[in-house]
Amino acid sequence: MDNESTYSGYSYKSSHSRSSRKHRERRDRHRSKTRDINIRGDKSVTIQAPGELLLDAESTRGDDRDDNWGETTTVVTGTSVDSISNEDLTRVSKDLEDSLPLECRRYFGPALGAVLGFFALVTPLAFLALPQLLWRDTLEPCGTPCEGLYISLAFKLLILLISTWALFLRPPKATLPRFFIFRCLLLALVFLFVASYWLFYGVRVLEPRETDYRGIVGYAASLVDALLFIQYLALVLLEVRHLQPAFSLKVVRTTDGTSRFYNVGYLSIQRAAVWVLDQYYSDFPVYNPALLNLPKSILSKKMSAFKIYNLGEENSTNNSTGQSTTMVAAAACRRDNSHNEYYYEEAEVERRVRKRKARLVVAVEEAFTHIKRHQDDEAAASSPKHPREVMDPREAAQAIFAPMARAMQKYLRATRQQSYHSMESIINHLQFCITHNMTPKAFLERYLSPGPTLQYLDNSRGRQWTLVSEEPVTAALRQGQVFSLRRLDFSLVITVTPLPFLRVGEEFIDPKSHKFVMKLQSETSV
Amino acid sequence: MSHHIPGQPVTAVVQRVEIQKLRQGDNLILGFSIGGGIDQEPEHNPFSEDKTDKGIYVTRITPGGPAEKADLRIGDKIMQVNGWDMTVVTHDQARKRLTNKKEGVVRLLVTRKSLEEAVKHSMGNGPKQ
Repeated sequence: MDNESTYSGYSYKSSHSRSSRKHRERRDRHRSKTRDINIRGDKSVTIQAPGELLLDAESTRGDDRDDNWGETTTVVTGTSVDSISNEDLTRVSKDLEDSLPLECRRYFGPALGAVLGFFALVTPLAFLALPQLLWRDTLEPCGTPCEGLYISLAFKLLILLISTWALFLRPPKATLPRFFIFRCLLLALVFLFVASYWLFYGVRVLEPRETDYRGIVGYAASLVDALLFIQYLALVLLEVRHLQPAFSLKVVRTTDGTSRFYNVGYLSIQRAAVWVLDQYYSDFPVYNPALLNLPKSILSKKMSAFKIYNLGEENSTNNSTGQSTTMVAAAACRRDNSHNEYYYEEAEVERRVRKRKARLVVAVEEAFTHIKRHQDDEAAASSPKHPREVMDPREAAQAIFAPMARAMQKYLRATRQQSYHSMESIINHLQFCITHNMTPKAFLERYLSPGPTLQYLDNSRGRQWTLVSEEPVTAALRQGQVFSLRRLDFSLVITVTPLPFLRVGEEFIDPKSHKFVMKLQSETSV
Repeated sequence: MSHHIPGQPVTAVVQRVEIQKLRQGDNLILGFSIGGGIDQEPEHNPFSEDKTDKGIYVTRITPGGPAEKADLRIGDKIMQVNGWDMTVVTHDQARKRLTNKKEGVVRLLVTRKSLEEAVKHSMGNGPKQ
């Protein structure tokens, strides 16, 4: 289509930046900067050239995140949206390939966490195995009670394994600037726990070569029980607590005022930010910078300033205020005119869009009548007389694209969407619709209304957002908090209000109590 | 006629209207229609100023009838009929008072807004004269 216009492409750069909880905590204590300066510092790094973007301060720190907790350790991953030409695009992709070593470091944290988890799971088995290996002869034989304990141990370990896999082993969805308090707490708890069990084991069992094997098995079973309870605690802290809605977040996009309200539970600011961004990508219509400005013809008239000269005698003190008030008054007079023009201009634009939309709809409907799905049993009937060329969806799409191309292009230009839909993407979509037996209206749904941002995303790259907040981002949500998520050209401002406390009363209505009378409005002649 | 407080005496400027009943066949008619009453809905009365007023109002006047001749007007509120109170009566009681076959004449006390205003004007002009 129209790839030579000003918006010729979007580059999505992905850098996966990490933050380490423990390293960063130490590092941040040494820093005496406030949160905002820290964030601004990050932002200034991201504005630099694409190569630099990938090496910003956040990205290279390893972190000892647990792979088990992959879902919630998040750092703002790096992409920025610039409008650049296609050559820059290839250059940037080459830079991306250079950044591969960072990809490995991204998984350092999850790997460390996985090691801890594996260690915790293997410990009970080690407790059982070590006495058998080292001093088997002196162990007291242990019959049925031990076997019962073996079975319960085995099943509990299996359950632990499955639930760890189900809950925690997920690819990280986002990376956040600060560590998670709860997650850190839980990891530390697990580590302390297992370490203290090993300590006790080493002192009480390994050294004196304890012979009571049933006791050892019981000890291992108690470790597994405790691990299960820690996992329950993790489930409650990390997953369940966030489910019950407690706050309402109002999200407003600064450039065009699109706003939404969302209900969330008890989250920290950074987790709320990630949650809001998830909703943003599927709820908010895509940000189209071309739609924002008043037509230049109107703006230029507004901007022209009145020069006012004071002739005659006036105090010097009154001079400036007198001038400013007269200037404001004159500007106000001016403004009266321009709103009129704005109104007519808007009406004109709307009329033009509607006309082009009508042409587009007609063209598409007509184009769709040119093809139909080929049934195999028709082949025998039609082939002797009129051999029809059988096409696959791609060719069919290309065949019927031609008559509607011009109408489509004009419509996209009128609604300023031409940068989002290239000719290739339109043909792909057409092919998709033909394959799934969609009507022309279903095909057009994508173009007639601006879809959510997710529709236009290229999923191979991440997205970079900067969280700007006056309070530390691990603080819990509170009433009246305001924080914002910034990108290069727009930002989302989020305001937190608690959901109101509800006092729900009860009133019982007897179904037989619904009775009615006619209203009396008589008029009698006498 | 502002909102009447129940239990307080009602004061109004009234006009005496005397209507001679006209015989039409077997009936004695007065030539107007009434609406209102304590068993009716007062909100829909187009003639009352106070929409909680459940009094008896004249809703129609037959042209050329006895009521028109006696200068009864549409929208008048009937306060008394032959001495009987009409401010707190049901619709049917009002009808009965007006259509008593033994009475050939009904003497009404009616009030209307224009009466109040006329009195106010005259009182306003009075002291100056």
